[in-house]
Amino acid sequence: MIMARPKPIEEIVDVVKDFDKVLVAGCNGCVAVCEAGGLKEVEILASTLRMYFSSRQKAVEIGEISLTRQCDKEYLNELQNVIGNYDAVLSIACGAGVQFMAEMYSDRRIFPGVNTNFIGVTLEKGVWSERCAACGECVLASTGGICPIARCSKRMLNGPCGGSSNGKCEVNREIDCGWHLIYERLKTLGELKRFETPTDAKDWTTSRDGGPRKNIKEVSQA
Amino acid sequence: MSTTTPSKLEKILAAGHFAVTSECGPPRGADITVVDEKAQLVGPYVDVINVTDNQTAVVRMSSLASCIRIKQMGFEPVLQMTTRDRNRIALQSDLLGAGAFGINNVLCLTGDHQSFGDHPTAANVFDVDSTQLIKIVKKMRDEKKLYSGFEMATPPQMFIGAAENPFADPFEIRVLRLAKKVAAGAQFIQTQCIYNMDKFKTWMGEVVARGLHEHVSVLAGITPMKSVGMARYMKTKVPGMDVPDELIKRLQGVPKDKVAEEGVNIAIEQIEELKQVPGVRGFHIMAIEWEAKVPEIVQRAGLYPRPKVD
Repeated sequence: MIMARPKPIEEIVDVVKDFDKVLVAGCNGCVAVCEAGGLKEVEILASTLRMYFSSRQKAVEIGEISLTRQCDKEYLNELQNVIGNYDAVLSIACGAGVQFMAEMYSDRRIFPGVNTNFIGVTLEKGVWSERCAACGECVLASTGGICPIARCSKRMLNGPCGGSSNGKCEVNREIDCGWHLIYERLKTLGELKRFETPTDAKDWTTSRDGGPRKNIKEVSQA
Repeated sequence: MSTTTPSKLEKILAAGHFAVTSECGPPRGADITVVDEKAQLVGPYVDVINVTDNQTAVVRMSSLASCIRIKQMGFEPVLQMTTRDRNRIALQSDLLGAGAFGINNVLCLTGDHQSFGDHPTAANVFDVDSTQLIKIVKKMRDEKKLYSGFEMATPPQMFIGAAENPFADPFEIRVLRLAKKVAAGAQFIQTQCIYNMDKFKTWMGEVVARGLHEHVSVLAGITPMKSVGMARYMKTKVPGMDVPDELIKRLQGVPKDKVAEEGVNIAIEQIEELKQVPGVRGFHIMAIEWEAKVPEIVQRAGLYPRPKVD
């Protein structure tokens, strides 16, 4: 799922401090699972803002709402009768949700309350880790199911580099070397021979390098 | 062994000599005299001079510009190219420029991550990796084609090199990875600085066992230790570096004013020992910011004068 983390409260306060009525809008999709932008986080952020403004004797009305998803018009429509009551919205959905809300309510000020950072998994309670870089042309079939684009700091297709040490990346010891993981997996699968054939330069047109992307599902005419 | 390019390094190796290469790190400013001085210092004692490409991701004078200068001084440069800062368009463009100025050696590297350098907030490129860069250079030279397939009348004539670190992990993959680079087109390899001789010999033994030494010339990386502090730093702070405790103890065992001399002694002993290791075809002497020691090391290791080849 798409991962995000809350923006520092100082940064949030700075963008909303001049408004009288602010709506905090959460999303019950991915960002709820990674505990950055769901119903619970809406409550926490709204309370924090109320305390902040009341301690400064500033009357700011903070509203709360959480939508099923902010990346679908159907759910964003639920704001139609509410949004007019506010000067600004703090969306704590991912960057797609924030933008889609701004697209639909183009006369409103919509601000992001989280930093969207990656596509990943829940390793354990409170720990999320990147797995996919959305390059648009999946290579997992040849790398033992471990992505070198997302998990190698240099997105090498012929790794590991010379900086791999004790299974860790040269960038820092907290990062597993993606290619070390690939090596271990291929060894387990008895497919180490894959290491002997150079992988060609990747076609990045399906990635962000090809410009903003769009998927259109072909509808069968049967 | 027949040669594929006008490279002097290739000719030296083809003639069966031990090759000697060294390194010149360009300055962090626009003063070309720094390049001149380093090249004058080491040039007469080595076959070719590697010019680093923003090593450790610190901005320095461009490798290509420095290579051109070194070539014009009458020495032969090795253009180091990392894939960290340039995509396949820029890399090929620089290779064409290098070819135009008669530069005939390239060392294909992926490069240190930018987080180590002086611009850690920079974006990186990594459009291709070192192995893919090798393939690109080979295609340009052998097929006279850009990676896109565009045919050119005059391709750059590059003797193709790559780096390998026998001390990085996982160790078992290191020979396979060399095989991959050789399959891609690497003709010479400059290794990471060697301090753990036993591990290097184990790696080299596997290289020879697989017959890779018949397709690629391995130049053993030698970096003299200047101080105990440097040895400790290399051991603990530099990723993929293997410095045995015995080496640090040996440096600690001499008076402080003799440590640098002892470091040079160790380097020379290593070269002598490595000359006997099957598959070792030369030495890449990286005296980091200590270029003045290169002539002494080359002479005392019995590698001077350098052979003349046409």
